[in-house]
Amino acid sequence: MKESNTLKWFLWIYIGLIFVFIFSPIIFSMIFSFNSARFPTIPLESFTWHWYETIWNDSDVWQAAKTSVIVSSCTAVIATALGFATAYSDFRYNFRFKGPYLALVLLPPTIPLIILALAMLAWFSKIGTSGQIYSIVIAHSVMTAPFAMAIIRLRLNQIDENLEAAAWNLGASEWRAMKEVILPFCKPAIVSSLCLTAAVSFDEFAVAWFVSGLNKTIPVMIMEIVTGNIDPRVNAIGTFVFITSMTLVIIAQIFFMTRPKEASAQ
Amino acid sequence: MNTQKKSTQKKRRFNLYAMVWRTPIIVWQLLFFVGPLLFMIAMSFFLVKNYRMIEAFEMKNWIKMFSKNYFWDSYYLTFGLASLSTIIATVIAFPASFALAFKVSDNVRRWVIFLLIIPFFTSYLVRIFSWYVILAESGVINAMLSYVGLGPYTMLNTMFGTLVGYMTLCLPLVVILQTFSLANVDKNLIQAAKNLGCSPIKTIYSVIIPLAKTGLIVAALFCFILSFGDFVSPYYLGGSKPPTLPILIIDTTKSGQQWPRAAVVAVVMMATLITIAFAALALAYKKRASR
Repeated sequence: MKESNTLKWFLWIYIGLIFVFIFSPIIFSMIFSFNSARFPTIPLESFTWHWYETIWNDSDVWQAAKTSVIVSSCTAVIATALGFATAYSDFRYNFRFKGPYLALVLLPPTIPLIILALAMLAWFSKIGTSGQIYSIVIAHSVMTAPFAMAIIRLRLNQIDENLEAAAWNLGASEWRAMKEVILPFCKPAIVSSLCLTAAVSFDEFAVAWFVSGLNKTIPVMIMEIVTGNIDPRVNAIGTFVFITSMTLVIIAQIFFMTRPKEASAQ
Repeated sequence: MNTQKKSTQKKRRFNLYAMVWRTPIIVWQLLFFVGPLLFMIAMSFFLVKNYRMIEAFEMKNWIKMFSKNYFWDSYYLTFGLASLSTIIATVIAFPASFALAFKVSDNVRRWVIFLLIIPFFTSYLVRIFSWYVILAESGVINAMLSYVGLGPYTMLNTMFGTLVGYMTLCLPLVVILQTFSLANVDKNLIQAAKNLGCSPIKTIYSVIIPLAKTGLIVAALFCFILSFGDFVSPYYLGGSKPPTLPILIIDTTKSGQQWPRAAVVAVVMMATLITIAFAALALAYKKRASR
């Protein structure tokens, strides 16, 4: 008994240390964003809003924020639509070449970003769509559609397969059954997917950096600032980015975990 | 059952409804995923003259890159760092995943995974910048160590720095995947091993690890892919001397305008990753030798 208690404590401390490791950069970034020191270290100097005021008054930051919001919301909509269509096809139909079909959809996240970035840059230059805001949207949709597909597919796993067929038997067309049975059932997963894909797009820097041209997104801007030298403004922008994407990921997870029963009772 | 029957009945005729859902992703991925990758492979045979890319089919870029020592230095460095990262992440993650799979309630496990998913999708770049500040010569860690009379240690621009970055990237994912695979191990078999007098340590490596093998290898594979392709950690924390392959791609593309040579590096990376992935998956799904 005593031994297993010691072991339990050891394992808890161990998990705690891993959490410290994973979360300390996020927490330090937030702390330093309110610290007056030019080079962030301990002991902390005085509390300040200075870095936030600097970025608030910086029109470049506003421009980048605007681009980021446009890119991530467009990406979220396109990726979720594609992901939904694909998840539904996989759920409902068996067809030839389904294996390659699913591979085609799910492979992008396994390709290193830098390779996708180069490939997209070259391809977009070739077909003459380089350096536009929509180039980033297209690239991000390719990268995030698999996440959308996975989230919605897992949700469809929970549906009673006879539900859709019952709607048909009651005289609903396939389109009507989609609208009144499948879509409402998938609503939590769709919200979840919108948030998650938006978060991934909002944070993505490699592909955006390559294909964005002059339309910098926030992460691309951070990268350019960081390459220069240590600038505490990054902590303020970073805190804003952390809060935005963490909120999106948390909402995504909450909707993802919504129990099937609650939704089907609607 | 019902749905499947329906789809086979309709198979002969063109089914508009089915196609509306099935086709968009095919078109989209062919245009913007397969297209770019194939074009990149083709591009590795193009030529650059007067800063302009000319479509051609020449081996020049390949010969050029393969004959450079710096390319091979980068290759071995990147491969070595990614392997090291995979081993370290697997070893560090295992006790935590073990505890999460066997020693806590389902509820606690769900919460811990909930918390681990957040950083995985959150601003890797900013987290690395934060590490840059924390690990610096006068940064947080050295400041703390100086209170107890140690240091300062140089952590930036070292392999240690790069690995800290890789762990930031991979550790949450590896813990999550390992936990899933360990939690799926049949608890009865563990109990059986215990009843038959198997020591806890022996149970772990001769019962639990073999049973969870597939998931453990997949977790390691993801870690390798992520580390192999990451340029942020080796650049900002590792000092980029010598550059890793992803940094080489950036340098060649951004400053040199040598897209075809960057494409050579990218194709070599892809080939390496595909080989590793197949090897890993073969190992993961290999049946244990029959006795």
